[in-house]
Amino acid sequence: MAKEASVKIVRERYKVNGEFSVITPNRPIFNEAKKLCGITNPRTMTYIHSYGGEAPFFEGISKGILRGTRCDNPKCESKGSIYLPFRIFCPDCLKKMKIVDLTKTAQKTAKIHTFMVCERSGAFNTLDKPIKFINIEFDGVCTILMSYLSAGEPEIGMRVAPIFRTKNPTYTITDLSWVPVGTPKSKLPKGFSF
Amino acid sequence: MIKFSKEQLKIPKLMRPVYLVTAGESEFRRAFPEKRTEELCVDALTMAAELIDMSPAELKSYIHTCYYGHFADHFGDQLLGESVIHDRLGLDPLGNVGVKTGGATGGSTLWEAVKTVASGYSDCALALGWERMDEVPTDEGNHLISCAADKDWETPLGHIYTGYYAVMAQRYWKIFGKSEDSFRRTMAEIAVKNHGYACHNPFAQSPMKITVEDVLKSPVVAYPLRALDACLMSVGSACCIVADEKTAFKMCKKPLLVHIAAGSHTLRPADRRDMAIPLLPNESKNQYKDLTKKFPGSERYPGFSGFLAARMAAYYAYRMAGVVDPTTDLDLVELHDAFTISDIQTYEDIGIRPYGEGRDYVESGDCYLTNPHTGKPGKLPANLSGGLIGCMHAVGATGLMQVCEVALHLWNKHKEIHGDPKRWKSFGKTKPKDWKDLQVKGAKRGLAISHAGVGSHVTCTILEDPNHQLKKQRRAK
Repeated sequence: MAKEASVKIVRERYKVNGEFSVITPNRPIFNEAKKLCGITNPRTMTYIHSYGGEAPFFEGISKGILRGTRCDNPKCESKGSIYLPFRIFCPDCLKKMKIVDLTKTAQKTAKIHTFMVCERSGAFNTLDKPIKFINIEFDGVCTILMSYLSAGEPEIGMRVAPIFRTKNPTYTITDLSWVPVGTPKSKLPKGFSF
Repeated sequence: MIKFSKEQLKIPKLMRPVYLVTAGESEFRRAFPEKRTEELCVDALTMAAELIDMSPAELKSYIHTCYYGHFADHFGDQLLGESVIHDRLGLDPLGNVGVKTGGATGGSTLWEAVKTVASGYSDCALALGWERMDEVPTDEGNHLISCAADKDWETPLGHIYTGYYAVMAQRYWKIFGKSEDSFRRTMAEIAVKNHGYACHNPFAQSPMKITVEDVLKSPVVAYPLRALDACLMSVGSACCIVADEKTAFKMCKKPLLVHIAAGSHTLRPADRRDMAIPLLPNESKNQYKDLTKKFPGSERYPGFSGFLAARMAAYYAYRMAGVVDPTTDLDLVELHDAFTISDIQTYEDIGIRPYGEGRDYVESGDCYLTNPHTGKPGKLPANLSGGLIGCMHAVGATGLMQVCEVALHLWNKHKEIHGDPKRWKSFGKTKPKDWKDLQVKGAKRGLAISHAGVGSHVTCTILEDPNHQLKKQRRAK
């Protein structure tokens, strides 16, 4: 078994370890008359991706904290606007925004703006199907976050509470999920907590 | 609340008129296991040459700059695919550039070509698009499409773009459709219409004679959307050739004036902020005062139920062309029916009906070639090609196919191109015995909407017979 690809940062440079590209032979494609038409091109790769200035958000959800950002530029006409999804810069004045903890706001005010129960997924999906997509609005936040519901059936206007994959986090957006307000701890998916 | 400056709302102006000289398309299929992409692109360009009685070499001799619409490099597994096609079309050493704006790629490609002619840089430019969506299985294809969403905030959520779009459909369905069975049936009617029109189009991938019940019984993709509500995944190519007035009239007898504009909105619907509704020429200041009363939950604009990018593309393009009311000023439209419900949303964004009343465009029969309720011509036939549901959605080519199909009506060539048994045969098909000429009689003006996914990019193209210019007609009055 090949060693799984992993990356460390040493002196501000990536140091890679394990197998990043897996070589598999090409296979010919023939038509029904046994004439050559094409070839398969297998490719297994691992990308290296920087979260950059959004890293505090993804680190936050792995620890049970929901972070957004707020524009505090007194000269900006959108001053005071709070954004979730977390944005690094204000979309109007382009000043770096202040990181704010929205965990309590979410616990107290989050409700479903719209939703979709999706029976299908694409390759590489890690969520259980059907996927219950929800978009969540919060008091005082000017945007509407996309996420997924892990218990119950979604409805527009339903109050929901955030849950976090704090045990063995993946450090992806899937570490943040939601359940209807009042859901007992025992009903949370494995690895998640309030 | 987002506000726009006067400068941002300036109506775009071309430095000189630009004309569509000719256009072409390949056949569209889910897969072409025995054809390379360049073979499809050559088919499209050859058809464009034949339409104006030129050889491909003659047509190429006029082209000065090339724009190539090809959305997904990773589908075809070829970076700089534009360069490959440019070489295979024998267009070196002309300057060329690739354009990528998701589902709106075809429209954006034309937008660029028009601007280069309008600026005087070129007298004739090619806009050619294609997509190769058969080089991976469907699941992998869904993943690759989902990469057009935000890779950190959306793609990991199921790797399924339909889901990111469908939440918007759900909101529209609940607020404006009021979850009514009658609304659900109206959505299904669009699929029946577009698959039905595709039966008369030899280029089309999915001709089907189906009923509303068939659509309602098709498998659920994401409720209320079912398999037959959705557009196709296609392979194929389409092109448009544009030129300045002098060159255009030298190249062909009946060039068409092109007015084109583009709009955009956030890639992540999550980032949408509230704003006032930008009004189209046929809407009044107080038009939407009671919208919330009529449709509780519609407080946010565009919220998750409108496409600001489409509204802005129409906002600019209508004023460029002098369109006041699309239903009376235009003779046909090709809309981006990615899903039946997004088709209805678009009717409102581009002012065919006011916000909240999109369904009436279908229910009134106005969207048909022949109104099924009156037996008279429909006021504004939509997607006579079959659209994305019945004809194709080969992403980079889609917007160009739409413009080509609209132009064929304005050139009065629907029958010649779609009714030729030889063309059906060349695609390995038999012309149906009940084939109908869908020509919109006397068509002078048509519109095409090219739209990306959740509404990140939209272009609005208006083609116009230069002898029947709206602006001139209004001035004469």
